[in-house]
This record gives sequence, structure tokens and C-alpha cells, in this order.
Amino acid sequence: MEQGNKIKKSAGEKTFNVFNHILLAFIAVLCLYPMLYVAFASVSNSNLLTQHSGILLRPQGFSLNAYKMVFTNPMIGKGYLNTLFVLLVGLVLQIIMTSLGAYVLSRRTLMWRKALMMVVTITMFFSGGMIPTYLNMRDLHLTNTLWGLIIPFMISAYNMIILRTSFESIPESLVEAARIDGATHVTVLFRVVLPLSKAIIAVMILYYGVSTWNGWFWASTILRDREMYPLQVILREILLQNSTSNMTGGTSVEDMESVAATVKYATIMVATVPILCIYPFLQKYFAAGVMVGAVKE
Amino acid sequence: MKQSTVSANQAVSSPKSKKPIDRTSLSFRAREDWAQNWGLYLMFLPVLVYFILFSYKPMYGALIAFKNYKPALGFMGSPWVGFDQFSRFFTSPFFGRLIKNTLILSFELLIFGFPAPIILALLINEVQNKHFKKTVQTLTYLPHFISLIVVVGMITDFSMTSGLFNDIIVFLGGSRSPLLQRPELYRPIYILSDIWQGVGWGSIIYLSALSGVDAQLYEAATIDGANRFQQLLHVTLPGITPTIITMLILRVGRLMSIGYEKTILLYNPSTYDTADIISSYVYRVGILEQGWSYSTAIGLFNSLINLLLLLITNKLSKKLAGTSLW
Repeated sequence: MEQGNKIKKSAGEKTFNVFNHILLAFIAVLCLYPMLYVAFASVSNSNLLTQHSGILLRPQGFSLNAYKMVFTNPMIGKGYLNTLFVLLVGLVLQIIMTSLGAYVLSRRTLMWRKALMMVVTITMFFSGGMIPTYLNMRDLHLTNTLWGLIIPFMISAYNMIILRTSFESIPESLVEAARIDGATHVTVLFRVVLPLSKAIIAVMILYYGVSTWNGWFWASTILRDREMYPLQVILREILLQNSTSNMTGGTSVEDMESVAATVKYATIMVATVPILCIYPFLQKYFAAGVMVGAVKE
Repeated sequence: MKQSTVSANQAVSSPKSKKPIDRTSLSFRAREDWAQNWGLYLMFLPVLVYFILFSYKPMYGALIAFKNYKPALGFMGSPWVGFDQFSRFFTSPFFGRLIKNTLILSFELLIFGFPAPIILALLINEVQNKHFKKTVQTLTYLPHFISLIVVVGMITDFSMTSGLFNDIIVFLGGSRSPLLQRPELYRPIYILSDIWQGVGWGSIIYLSALSGVDAQLYEAATIDGANRFQQLLHVTLPGITPTIITMLILRVGRLMSIGYEKTILLYNPSTYDTADIISSYVYRVGILEQGWSYSTAIGLFNSLINLLLLLITNKLSKKLAGTSLW
């Protein structure tokens, strides 16, 4: 809408511009504020915070006791480790499996390409449902093991189609040339195609990563052993099931009382800030991923 | 569901495989194709195995909806009971409430949730200052990266009698109450928090569609004397209509599969009257009470409605707007 600058703006347009900026600024603040509130509350003095009412514009007093409590809680550290294990091992398998499928589906000379595509697309619209999926995991001995959070989630059909669409835009001549030089398809994928697809792989890592990081449902359903709980399940206990009892971690009851109001906020911060620090740097890739994904087959 | 899966497969292969004249050439072409591409098919094998094991096997497993599944007897040993599980659900005292809650929540999410990112994208698109634009985008994306558990944790905390929301309600002249215990407030809380978390992320696709609208169209409109609002109506909106319709069809296809995860985290027995939906009921009956066959039947019924909605919307939009998924 750059052309708008060159033409004298009417009074109505000016009013709209001002109104629009104010509205957007308000929306942006609304999106940010809850997190900001949590940040202020987490470093507040617990007693002062309890007395305070209404929105927070700065911390009430200052205390890092809640953070001390969170960092000394062995379950949080263990939860982080479990999540990181599932996340990292998962990502390696997810990227490999998804690119294998996407590469094959992007080869136009393949006779059964459409049939294979169909096999993948159908899974986007149909599933067995929650209970058969659970029973299937049990049959495959994937319950009560972290592998149950990795193997059944290796491929998302949606991501595979995004990746295929992106692979299709790589000049065919590059693949042909490598093939003529005697490279196998696997070599072509890893040496030619993937190095040319760094942006879209970043998007894949983001999509898969965020969904693994946020996942709690299957973890809470298939894991019986608390030692295996990923971070989100621990968070659920602390934030939603009010079991602060496992937060004691060796501290005395009085200490626990004094940070009762702030420890939830500190827990949220510890579990959320890492991701919030990463996403702005990946922001330029978001649109690329969504755009490729929007292209119909 | 099973039926359409099979027929869809046949629809693809039948033009090639059914005609007897092509038979020799088909097998010839298949052999040629294999000779040339066996490496690719081999590469696809792990992917195929994955989909068979984790997508198609559970679909087959959903047949326990027509059985009285007992883990001790196994899938094969459990007796067939026909549509008994379904009629048990249709005559259950919860049936009416579950259908009603699921439909109301779905439609309210569609009516309020679907236009929100489109409006946000249109507003952002009107901003000329690049830094302001980027800041607004970054901040509205933020809630998408907060995990569901944490979002519900914050809602729970703010909704407590002494929480932030109540502080604001008192400031505006209301009185304190435990908001999450009040059934009439459950849906507004669910929907507003959904919009809050998804509006920025949802606007990305519309923003990229907007950036694809031909700049020459705006120039022509300006020369013709169209003001900003007329340009929006006659250039911008028609430009992103295909994207809107594609997103709408996809959305309607998932209308009845609204997130059980959020429901399970947000509801409690005192709000079941408005909060309990089909999928959360499936979770309670299936996972918590281990009524495997019954809950699978309910889930199957739910996906059947989904499929119908998807087909109807696709057909409608093909007729009305000339855009469709297939």
C-alpha cells in the first residue's frame, strides 16, 4: 500500500491510521501482558504480592526465593532432561523420516507417486481415534517408556506435504546431474536436496519441536513411572493439580509457605522463557512454512 | 469411515488397473518403473511401515466399536455386538448434553475465532511503519509459543477469587467469584483464551496472502477514485478470498474435533453442564474407566459427523465460490 503515501490523505484516512495504530498497540500489549504479569509476580515478595490487588506494573518487593525453590526441585530438572531427550532424539528421527518420504513424493517420474500420496493424505483426515491409538501403543509395548513419545510421532503427514512441496521447487537438473554422476537417491537427498532446504528444515524443526515441547496428553496417558515424566506433565502437577507437596525438595515447611504465592509464577518462567527467547529469531521463516503449506497438492 | 478409505484408494488406481487393454502395458510400465525407481520405493518403505503401524492399524483397531472388547480375549477373541455400543450412547442420559455442548462450543469458536486472525491481518496490512508492524507481529505470535498447560495454568490462577481477573472485575464494579466454577462463564473463557493464543499465529497465512495481492490493482483502484475502505472491499478482500475459503473448509472439517486437551485441563465437575464435550467424555469413559469399545464407538460417531461436515462444506464452497479442497 506504498502508493498511499504519494497521494494526499483524507481526514478520514488519517483518523483511521491513528485509530488502527492504537488498536494494534492495545492488542499487542494484551498478548504480552499476561507473561509480563507472571514475570513480575515471579520475582515479587510473596507476602507483598498476596496483599496486592489488580494489575502489576512492576514487581512487589524483590525476592528470588521462588526461583531457588524451583531450581532445587529435582522433578523440574528431571522433567527438563526427559523433555530434552524426547525432543532431540525425536527431532533427528522426525527430520530423517519426513525428508525420506517428502523426497520420494517429490520425484515426478515415479509411477505410483499418486497412490503413495493418497496413503499419506488419507491419514490427515482419518484416524483411529484416541482409544484405538492408545490400545495400539499398548500392543506395540510403547507404554511406560519415553520411546512411546517418540516413535508414534515420527511423521506428521501435514509437515511431510509441506516439505515435499518445498523439495519440488528445487531444480530437477541438480538432482539429475547428481544421479548421472552415480549418486544414489539417499546421497542426493542428504548431499544435494537437504543443503538447499535449510529454511524449510528450520520450519520443520520449529513445528515438530514446539509440538513435542508442548505435548503432555500422551505422556500423562502412557507413562506410569514418575521418573519419566516430561516437563509439561510436571508443570500440570504443579500448576493445575496443586500438588506443591512435591515442591518441598528438602526445604522446611515455613520456607515453602513463604513462597507459596510466587512459586507457580517462577515455575512458569523457567518452563517458558527458553522458547520465548528462541522464536523471534526464527520469525522470518514462519511465513515461508505457512505459505508452502497453503499450496494445494 | 473404513468404506470411504477403501473406495478412495480404488478411485485412484482404477483408471489404470481396470481396463483390460492396458494390462500388458501396465505390467510392462510397472516393471520399467521398478527397474528404474526401486531405490526410491525402498526409501519410502520405512515411511510406509510407519503409516501402516501408527495410522492404518489404529483405524482397523477402531472396529472394536462393533465388539465388546476385553483385553483378556484380545481383538480377535472379543465377540461382535453390532451397533450395541452406538445405541447405548444414543440412549445415554449424557447424549443430549454432549451433542449440545460440542455443537455450541464448535460453532462459537468458528464464529468468533475464525474471523479474528483475518481482521488482525487486515489491520496489520494497513500499517506502513515497518518497525511497528514487526513489533506487533512478534508480540501477537508470543502466546502461540506458551504451552497449553501454562496457558491453562495462568487462566486458572487469574480466575481464582483473589486472582487478576477478579481484581479487574471488582475495579469495573463487579463482585468476586471463582470464575472457573461458573458453568455460564466456561465457554467465554475457553473461546477468548483460544483467540488470545491463536490470533497472531493464525494471521500469518492471511498476511502472506495479502502480500501476494497485485500492487497494480491498488494503483488502478486509486486512479478510479476508490478510497482506502473501498480498496479494502473491492481489491484486498477478493484477493484473499481463496485463502479464506480453503482455511474455512479445513476448519469446518475439524469442527467437531475441538481440542479435548484444553477441555480436559480447563473443566471440572462443577462446569460439566456446559464444558463436557464428546471427546472429553471419550477420554473419561475410555482412558480413565477403560470402557474401550464404548468410547471407541463414541469417537467413531464423532469422526463420522466431522467427515459429513467436511464433505458438505467442500461441496457448498465448490458451488458458491468455485473453490474446493478437491
